[in-house]
Amino acid sequence: MALDSKIPHGEMDKKWNDYKGHVKLVNPANKRKLEVIVVGTGLAGASAAASLGELGYKVKAFCFQDSPRRAHSIAAQGGINAAKNYQNDGDSVFRLFYDTVKGGDYRAREANVHRLAEVSTAIIDQCVAQGVPFAREYGGLLSNRSFGGTQVQRTFYAAGQTGQQLLLGAYSALERQVALGNVKMYTRHEMLDVVKIDDKARGIIARDLTTGKTEKHFGHAVLLCTGGYGNVFYLSTNAMGSNVTAAWKAHKKGAFFGNPCFTQIHPTCIPVSGDHQSKLTLMSESLRNDGRIWVPKQKGDNRNPKDIKEEERDYYLERRYPAFGNLVPRDVASRAAKERCDEGYGVGTTKMAVYLDYKDAIIRYGKIEASKQGNDHANQDEIIALGKDVVKEKYGNLFEMYEKITGENPYETPMRIYPAVHYTMGGLWVDYELQTTVKGLYALGEANFSDHGANRLGASALMQGLADGYFVIPYTIGNYLADEIHTANISTDHPAFVDAEKAVTDRLQKLKQINGKQTVESFHKRLGKIMWDKCGMARNEQGLKQAIQEIQDLKKEFWSDVRVPGDIEEMNLELDKAGRVADFIELGELMCVDALNRNESCGGHFREESQTEDGEAKRDDENCNYVAAWENKAEMGWELHKEMLQFEIVKPTQRSYK
Amino acid sequence: MALTGLFLILFLIVHAGINSCIFLNDGGQTFNEMAHFMSHNWIMRFLEVGLFAGLFMHIIQGLMLWSQNNKARPVPYAFNQPNKNSKWYSRSMGLLGTLLLLFLIMHLSHFYIGTKIALYGGDQPHNLYEEMKTIFSNQWVVLGYVLGVVALFWHLFHGFQSAFQTFGVHHKKYSPIIKTLGTVYALVICTLFALMPIAMYLNWVI
Amino acid sequence: MEHYHMNLTLKVWRQKNSNVKGALETYQVKNISSEMSFLEMFDVLNEQLIVEGKEPIAFDHDCREGICGMCSMYINGQAHGPWQKNTTCQLHMRAFKDGDEIVVEPWRSTAFPVVKDLVVNRSSFDRIIQAGGFISVNTGNAVDANAIPIDKKDADDAFMAAACIGCGACVATCKNGSAMLFVGAKVSQLALLPQGAPERESRVLNMVAQMDKEGFGNCTNTYACEAECPKGISVANIARLNSEFLKAGLSTEEN
Repeated sequence: MALDSKIPHGEMDKKWNDYKGHVKLVNPANKRKLEVIVVGTGLAGASAAASLGELGYKVKAFCFQDSPRRAHSIAAQGGINAAKNYQNDGDSVFRLFYDTVKGGDYRAREANVHRLAEVSTAIIDQCVAQGVPFAREYGGLLSNRSFGGTQVQRTFYAAGQTGQQLLLGAYSALERQVALGNVKMYTRHEMLDVVKIDDKARGIIARDLTTGKTEKHFGHAVLLCTGGYGNVFYLSTNAMGSNVTAAWKAHKKGAFFGNPCFTQIHPTCIPVSGDHQSKLTLMSESLRNDGRIWVPKQKGDNRNPKDIKEEERDYYLERRYPAFGNLVPRDVASRAAKERCDEGYGVGTTKMAVYLDYKDAIIRYGKIEASKQGNDHANQDEIIALGKDVVKEKYGNLFEMYEKITGENPYETPMRIYPAVHYTMGGLWVDYELQTTVKGLYALGEANFSDHGANRLGASALMQGLADGYFVIPYTIGNYLADEIHTANISTDHPAFVDAEKAVTDRLQKLKQINGKQTVESFHKRLGKIMWDKCGMARNEQGLKQAIQEIQDLKKEFWSDVRVPGDIEEMNLELDKAGRVADFIELGELMCVDALNRNESCGGHFREESQTEDGEAKRDDENCNYVAAWENKAEMGWELHKEMLQFEIVKPTQRSYK
Repeated sequence: MALTGLFLILFLIVHAGINSCIFLNDGGQTFNEMAHFMSHNWIMRFLEVGLFAGLFMHIIQGLMLWSQNNKARPVPYAFNQPNKNSKWYSRSMGLLGTLLLLFLIMHLSHFYIGTKIALYGGDQPHNLYEEMKTIFSNQWVVLGYVLGVVALFWHLFHGFQSAFQTFGVHHKKYSPIIKTLGTVYALVICTLFALMPIAMYLNWVI
Repeated sequence: MEHYHMNLTLKVWRQKNSNVKGALETYQVKNISSEMSFLEMFDVLNEQLIVEGKEPIAFDHDCREGICGMCSMYINGQAHGPWQKNTTCQLHMRAFKDGDEIVVEPWRSTAFPVVKDLVVNRSSFDRIIQAGGFISVNTGNAVDANAIPIDKKDADDAFMAAACIGCGACVATCKNGSAMLFVGAKVSQLALLPQGAPERESRVLNMVAQMDKEGFGNCTNTYACEAECPKGISVANIARLNSEFLKAGLSTEEN
């Protein structure tokens, strides 16, 4: 099967407009007859469900949490990019497009990224109209900051809770549609399969997580807005419930999986403190704007950081990348931290951490503040006190969070940070219309692969989730549904539904009946360790091959020795988790297969075999300039389909931050 | 609750003001004149009906709150530490109110009924002042009054500022002023009320 | 920070489902690190229970970084436990010492029925939002984001109110089981912003009506909600809700 990305013809900056002008429409009377299923209610899902409800479609939305407001989009701290150019600093749709393609290390589809940059401005308008309380200046206009090393200030934010505020905006729009009867909301429901009839997605099998009963739901189209799969690593900044199950079921029903190995490792997370660790917490990237990252120059230095003198510190990012310093992109910063720790320079009890130090920033801000107050003879203590106030104003909530978790005061002692899995650029392969390789099955937000290439820039995830949900899918889905107006609702007694439901219940039975000795959690931890060690920040052929073998063995062990307590037809959190971990195990293998196939280093994917002399990532544009879309062949493994990437506008160059 | 509460708060000012005439130490002359005016003037008689209506409504509203709030949590916590997040008196308005009601029954049976009998049945001019002195010569009655006033203090201490919150007044500048005002009000009113039986019992006034 | 290990006695509410009665059961956990989060301690206990062939304790949790609002335990008589401005998932074991006994119960409210063990159903909050916790603007109708300047103080206050994570600690803590802080926060956020003005009256009336319908109790201004709110939402929002409600109630022409 050849991949058709359906990129419209014409010039890059006219494609989306042309598309919108010519796309098929569904008339209002027909929209009422068309049912759309939306799985997941994060930024992408909530915005899509609300927008489609507003258009008049009959929408059913599903989330596994107790309320759509809890989706993990809520945890995004930093902000959302938009090419508003409110700051008059030279930003434009083109620049946002360019930065995103370059930041993604030239592995994203240009047309999609351009559309993303185009609609970015409307997102901010929409959110403000919904009552999202973005930060403002004294004049009452919106405030912006620069984020993730961009040279323009295009990031809109709401303190350190931007994701929360955007999600609550989308959630309120969704609940409004629920109240109007346009959307029916199913909370504490998990999608466990896609139902296909005549090669088209026609519904889902969902399980009510409160009663444990399975349900069949028909839809003319199915939208998967189920987020990323970072939890395959067990430890990640994802929520505990974040999972790949919906996407994986779709994959097994024929949706190709795009670039599964592209994982983003975020450089500024609170390090692991011990074996009990269940998840990792991100500290906003904005901390790198003012903090300096260092390790001791001496290996295994156990001294208190305060006792390590300036000349005994190695500010390795500033040393290696003088032009960008502490603000290099996430993938570069993460690898540099790993390199130092692997070499034995790490700090803290586990030695797997580096320092993020605010001492200099406190003094710098303190001096500015003192001079603002006309106090030119302030002593050191006064300066530090003033500086702390400024830092508190800017980063107070982050510092508080750090202190809560570690019990250390970051105003006094440098924070310890280490990279952690944060975001997955890979996901279900979709065309320009966000449709997967299964007709009528769409993937939005982090669940698809499309816009971030091999590395996502800061403050772009929120932008993409909302772009897909508010401004892309409402147009593109019409192109499909316009031809579906004659399809009457299919009864869920149709054999395809019955068979799919049976397969789901059989699998649940099987999980329950194994009744082995090991807990689901223990398998998940083992999978995570394999993935982190061999398919994490650095990967090589030998390790990946080993990992594939180990994962296959783990899968066998899982299906013969896992223990799931409780019953199926009741609330059973262990059973929910067992199903998810089983899918993660299969996905883990595919990620390693993909990482092994991609013989280059690009963005978040670093193959040790492909690096420059001084250890920087080396892309191979000649052989690897493609999206790897994997087709599931059941027991036979996977078949690779390549979507070759064309770069009409942004010509690939080797990224350099030196 | 807040509306009737504020109304009763206003009444207490009048009540405490007039009763404070006993401290003039003129053998109750001014006080008795004031009392006579209050019990005979038709406007005051009309307001009296309003006062009882307000009190009655305050009680009814309190009972309704109590019943609704009980329904909102049918299963109590096995282990609860409300002192960690709120003041005991703010949580005890119902209890304090019940104590106040008991006190009021005693208080009205002491003075209100006597006044009414004098108004409708007696030929003698009613000397309320002397009646007070007689009643407050009993130490147990004095103790009962002081306890009643203590309950009133905590009830007012929370109730005053709470009423403003319920009316939606919350202001960085004014709310602290209201709170202080409430505290001063509760202190002054309750000190005056408490001093009355004590002063009479200890013969501080003639 | 000194790290240490501890043994604890836990008394946890167990309830099979909403139709049966529950009771506190006692468990022992050993060798708990002071660096663990409270929920990680529960993970240890659950792993122990599974290995022993017992049913693990059901509890709600998701982001484990204090923002999703899903975790909801009443720990030793306080919503989200002993720390202020904190969620259960961010509570760490250094708040306890060796030999402590910890009582863990679900939120208790008529409007939050227990689903299982420590899991409660908070869909009443969603229904309150459905009643009016939104601005009626369809996608694509918005004017430019900077077309309407907003007083920075109003914007900041709106943000502070909007920081509510909908966890329900206010209801769980309030001796009356009142949801006024939750409703006040949303009403305030939208009342402070010019975008919320057109629906200001109907919003507050409808949301309060729904709140009452769900069986939440009344506010008696004990301010326990503010003290236990993990996001420090101010009771000023309740005052604003009261004033919005009074104004709307007086001016509305409908019954």
